[in-house]
Amino acid sequence: MASIFQGIGAATSSLSSSASFETKILQFNSLRSVSGRKCGSVVMRAGGANMDSGSNKIGGRADQLVTNAVATKADTQAASTASKPGHELLLFEALREGLEEEMERDALVCVMGEDVGHYGGSYKVTKGLAEKYSDLRVLDTPIAENSFTGMGIGAAMTGLRPIIEGMNMGFLLLAFNQISNNCGMLHYTSGGQFKIPIVIRGPGGVGRQLGAEHSQRLESYFQSIPGIQMVACSTPYNAKGLMKAAIRSDNPVILFEHVLLYNLKERIPDEEYVLNLEEAEMVRPGEHITILTYSRMRYHVMQAAKTLVNKGYDPEVIDIRSLKPFDLYTIGNSIKKTHRVLIVEECMRTGGIGASLTAAITENFHDYLDAPIMCLSSQDVPTPYAGTLEEWTVVQPPQIVAAVEQLCR
Amino acid sequence: MAFARSIHHLHPLPPVSNTRGLKPSPLFLGSIRPDSHTHTITRSSVSVSSSAQRRSAVAANVSDVKTKPAANLLVTKEEGLEVYEDLILGRVFEDMCAQMYYRGKMFGFVHLYNGQEAVSSGFIKLLKQGDSVVSTYRDHVHALSKGVPARAVMSELFGKTTGCCRGQGGSMHMFSAEHNVLGGFAFIGEGIPVATGAAFTSKYKREVLKEDCDDVTLAFFGDGTANNGQFFECLNMAALWKLPIIFVVENNLWAIGMSHLRATSDPEIWKKGPAFGMPGVHVDGMDVLKVREVAKEAIGRARRGEGPTLVECETYRFRGHSLADPDELRDPDEKARYAARDPITQFKKYLIENKLASEAELKAIEKKIDEVVEDAVEFADESPAPSRSQLLENVFADPRGFGIGPDGRYRCEDPKFTEGTAQV
Repeated sequence: MASIFQGIGAATSSLSSSASFETKILQFNSLRSVSGRKCGSVVMRAGGANMDSGSNKIGGRADQLVTNAVATKADTQAASTASKPGHELLLFEALREGLEEEMERDALVCVMGEDVGHYGGSYKVTKGLAEKYSDLRVLDTPIAENSFTGMGIGAAMTGLRPIIEGMNMGFLLLAFNQISNNCGMLHYTSGGQFKIPIVIRGPGGVGRQLGAEHSQRLESYFQSIPGIQMVACSTPYNAKGLMKAAIRSDNPVILFEHVLLYNLKERIPDEEYVLNLEEAEMVRPGEHITILTYSRMRYHVMQAAKTLVNKGYDPEVIDIRSLKPFDLYTIGNSIKKTHRVLIVEECMRTGGIGASLTAAITENFHDYLDAPIMCLSSQDVPTPYAGTLEEWTVVQPPQIVAAVEQLCR
Repeated sequence: MAFARSIHHLHPLPPVSNTRGLKPSPLFLGSIRPDSHTHTITRSSVSVSSSAQRRSAVAANVSDVKTKPAANLLVTKEEGLEVYEDLILGRVFEDMCAQMYYRGKMFGFVHLYNGQEAVSSGFIKLLKQGDSVVSTYRDHVHALSKGVPARAVMSELFGKTTGCCRGQGGSMHMFSAEHNVLGGFAFIGEGIPVATGAAFTSKYKREVLKEDCDDVTLAFFGDGTANNGQFFECLNMAALWKLPIIFVVENNLWAIGMSHLRATSDPEIWKKGPAFGMPGVHVDGMDVLKVREVAKEAIGRARRGEGPTLVECETYRFRGHSLADPDELRDPDEKARYAARDPITQFKKYLIENKLASEAELKAIEKKIDEVVEDAVEFADESPAPSRSQLLENVFADPRGFGIGPDGRYRCEDPKFTEGTAQV
């Protein structure tokens, strides 16, 4: 299995019938579009996990990644997907595409969650799948998070590969017992006898005035659980790639999506690709300062980056993607180059991902830092309903600009 | 049989004339469960009444009905000896655990199963290899009944690397992939959803993958768990999707020091089954043959795809909740009453009276089990304790979950990594 992720490898890509792939907005008609695209062989695009040490891999890997996330990116690196036009779709459609490809590929992959079946998912990520794959494979569960998550874990232990959808990540707090005690720990406690290839996914993060309980960032609560991996997607490209990687992984993976990012549009490759779960994404290479971020804050950072570029700064923006474990290699290389770090996250100040990342960087790269690590997080408050208050709870681009200016003084 | 009747009479519930649980008086001090052997029989949804006549008198009990054994016995000689051996193994093993604990060979929380063996042997001896068992922290005997070798269990208790979980689980986390023992859970109720998931896999294999799969899952848990949300949520899901699972409640009346009657609004747990659309059966859990009969039917139902069953086994634990429990709250009379209904004594009597086995044969089995358990202790003693390198193994099925280190290699590839990056 390791070979899938080790570089592009020997997979030959027949660039056949590239003319047949017209640029089109993906109208999601699951049956036709998936089979239509999968002609020819499959090119496995790794996130570039090339393990040759010594050579500077940052620039090299950036070429392989689609770095033009959304319109905020100033200089698009065109043709990074070779000459194939790809197809455009929204982030939730990308998730659905990845999910469907995996369900097609492996009959053991199944989905469980509230309203995933007939309703198509509260964010339409599973739309059309129940009709295609049967009610048992896309299972509408009663409202019992703890129990159906546990059921997913039991199913995973006995051979299936379930994907549990939390309608909102916050609901998974009810499943904390199962996620912490069973999901993360059973592989170890059983002495390696049972693996739990489960994916737990759902939208989280601060939305548009959804109120405190629907605006939670659970990554900070789950991060200490031993035995799980956490990834956060931020673009259609990495959403699909991470979804597929998470499903194929034998580890329990929690995939954090963001409520406000579901309608992002991007052109993604037609060929099949799987990303590396443990890798960070170089969004914008730079020289002056390393900005580490993930999920929605990536876009606030990129917006701030425009302002910073105009002011003469050259920030290097990395979307860490892998929240647990951290990709200390990419992060470290960046720090060794820029010597300054700013972490921008949506998690709370106390005990968030930023806090852990700060500790990890200090431990490993202290000598390379020219300035203290600055971490911009959300306020330690339950997210208020009022629009103005909510805006002030999360980090906004002007704050990022101010922080960079302060660090780079 | 009786289950069919239960199903047809789900709505409304069949009127039950004798209620076992007397309402506690205001001066309620402890268990006041009536010692009603006859009550038990008539109450178990009609299923066991006929068998009461077929069976000879059980144990030294209040019952004054001593019928002659009829021609059709409930077990063959082979089956009888197998069950007897399993009962003895459970008892001797647990007694040895107590000894070893007090000698300092095992630590932590150890929960012994003495007195409840009939439930384990009655159910699990009917299963195939492919069927799954999910238990709680009182899981040694469930693992043994399912086929996990006594050596592996004892080593696990000693924390040795030859244990069934390589010493990483301990008393409360017995797992065996080979024998489909899915744990061993410390929090009560935690295993029930996992069992539901295993049953879901069985149904999935049959209906989606079109495989020939009739594996069933048994979920064992106690009376305290029957008040937990996960229990109810899973009863709902199992009945909804007709999952091949049997929920076995080992009602031993006590959740550590909390009497079942003090914790539960309606102490008759079997009643909760029909509320969710599945048969609820109550059975005398001190009598292995009665349990076996009920189990046969429940397992048959599940295998045929007719859905789940809730079985409440009235049983008792002779020892405290765990080896650390001083066990002061329980009434000595209550303990004496149940001790008189010891499942092993009862079954031994049955075997001998029905000429299924001779004293000598049973003695031979007991001797054999003694040797097995002694051997298990020796094996566990001599096994090595886990080395430092084992600490970080098996945290992830795919060890890349440990991430990419600052030098660019996956941390799990670092030869020093398994020696522990944390200060242990």
